[in-house]
Amino acid sequence: MKYVRFLIMGILFGIILSKGEIISWYRIQEMFRFQSFHMFGVIGSAVVFGIMTIQFIKRTKLKDYNGNPITVSTQEPGYARNLIGGTIFGLGWAVTGACPGPLFILVGHQGGMFIIAILGAVAGTFTYGIVHKYLAH
Amino acid sequence: MDKIIEFIQQPWPWWVAGPLIAYVMFSLLYYGKGFGVSTNFKTVCCMLGSCKVSDFFCFNWKDQIWNMTFIVGVIIGGFLSSHYLTPDLSVDISPNTVADLKAIGIANPGASYLPEEIFGAANIWSLRTWVFLLGGGFLVGFGTRYANGCTSGHAISGLSNLQWWSLVAVVGFFIGGLAMTHFILPYLIRL
Repeated sequence: MKYVRFLIMGILFGIILSKGEIISWYRIQEMFRFQSFHMFGVIGSAVVFGIMTIQFIKRTKLKDYNGNPITVSTQEPGYARNLIGGTIFGLGWAVTGACPGPLFILVGHQGGMFIIAILGAVAGTFTYGIVHKYLAH
Repeated sequence: MDKIIEFIQQPWPWWVAGPLIAYVMFSLLYYGKGFGVSTNFKTVCCMLGSCKVSDFFCFNWKDQIWNMTFIVGVIIGGFLSSHYLTPDLSVDISPNTVADLKAIGIANPGASYLPEEIFGAANIWSLRTWVFLLGGGFLVGFGTRYANGCTSGHAISGLSNLQWWSLVAVVGFFIGGLAMTHFILPYLIRL
């Protein structure tokens, strides 16, 4: 039962990204052609509100619902991994028109075709797990 | 009430969607979790027994049940949106984008959420559909693990936490996205 809240948050997230048209292949094309403010507005306002949220958490030393300090996990350092990994992801983002959240949302939204893309993403993740020792990070 | 339903059924402007995404991130933080969708691909690999072939997949997947539950909700949210909350599924994209996409062979840009000729179920046996879905998905899965995060982990959580390495990753997202859109996609669409 303790997972029900995450189910509800997921439903909300799916609705927000659907109704905001962030899952639309066309919106992603528009973004990578710099022909509309829409996607930049979505990501930009999410980041502005996110910065305010995290500053609020840090300054008030807000505790989570268990009473533990809230920590935001830090990302792995390294130019190679972030720039090359990011670029490979960007190539995929522009083809599928979807980052991982929207890939799942589109399974529900479009009726199953995107299960193929999820299989591709799992295969890509698996391949990374096999070859990561040989890659520059 | 009618007014509320009417508002929900319209496309939501960026200034509604963006702050709500930040709210989802806050809710997850408040319940002790980090916002990161691509981790679920790694969890699926772990659950399928990939630990046998690479230590990268050796962790307790039960710690990620919350995230898998979140993803089930996400799929339900997509279903509810298209079936009950969006009577008109056309997307009002820029006329410049419509013209550009027509020029590379998309028949009705913006008529629905996705181009039917690429992602429509009727085209499930075409090579192009599999390249876009399976190939594109592969790049998403490989790239997000290499960079250790996707749009939720890097662009939203990482930038909100003012992390340099997330900014580097987001620059990478755009290098890849721009290269694909402007140099590779026009050829892929002809498959």
